[in-house]
Amino acid sequence: MTGLLPVLITTFLASAVEAIEMVTIVVGVGATRGWRSTLIGAASGFGLLAVIVLVLGAALSRVPIGPLRLIVGALLLVFGLQWFRKGIMRVAARGLAGIGGQDPHEAAEWTGPGMDWTAWFLAFKGVVLEGLEVAFIVVTFGAGANHLVAAVIGGVGAVVVVGGVGLILHRSVRRIPRSLLQLIVGILLTTFGTFWAIEGLSIEWPGGDAAIPGLLVLYVATAVTYITLERNRALGLRPAA
Amino acid sequence: MPPPLSWIVAIGRFLYDFIVGDDWTMAVAVATGLILSAALNANHIAAWWLIPVIVVLMLGISLRRASGRRR
Repeated sequence: MTGLLPVLITTFLASAVEAIEMVTIVVGVGATRGWRSTLIGAASGFGLLAVIVLVLGAALSRVPIGPLRLIVGALLLVFGLQWFRKGIMRVAARGLAGIGGQDPHEAAEWTGPGMDWTAWFLAFKGVVLEGLEVAFIVVTFGAGANHLVAAVIGGVGAVVVVGGVGLILHRSVRRIPRSLLQLIVGILLTTFGTFWAIEGLSIEWPGGDAAIPGLLVLYVATAVTYITLERNRALGLRPAA
Repeated sequence: MPPPLSWIVAIGRFLYDFIVGDDWTMAVAVATGLILSAALNANHIAAWWLIPVIVVLMLGISLRRASGRRR
């Protein structure tokens, strides 16, 4: 059984990675086109995400824990490996830099009456597209650990924290080291994905749950090694013998 | 392509991009590793080590391929 704390930490960090992009879009659109339609669009997006989490959560809660761990573990493993790989490439290339670039300010300021559907749609799309991965992680991770409520709290908590930072300090959100967060979440998802998928096949881990920190150490060492190799490759150096 | 079929294709493409991403070989390696682990376990051979080894190796192969493409 996976404890509450790893579930909270993993879903909080995973949600924070996507919330940075999400909040940057919403704050950018709100600051230029007005807040009312933007916030309604963002709320509509969160509403759709909540429905997705509820439907997927209800569906997964009917699957017995053995097959569930295999399915969820395999999905998290494949999905986590994507983030793991992207995290290594981005940290190797950019270090601890934030997402940078310009705010999405292309849209002109809205001065008309009623709903600004452009602002609504931009905010809605930003929240749904960036939040879909979070919804997937929250549901699968929560179901695999049998702590769906804690996973939802972790996910929502990150959106609230990053959203609060974004509203108070508009431009600081872009300086949060998103690549590093993505790498950490990739490592955590790959660790738990590996553990659950193997457990789902009824294979026993040496030391039971104590294998989780062991996997974590292995994958952190792998990340450090590959980041060093990627940097050396980028500099045209041979890896140290 | 008529609408119901085009929607199914679009959903399939979305799910593929969402879960498998831009390197399908890692997903195939994980699936193969899980099948092999199940087979080893069925023959009473310890199999817990196989997936971690596949993860470490496939990450290295995939990163090398990606940096080769960037050049």
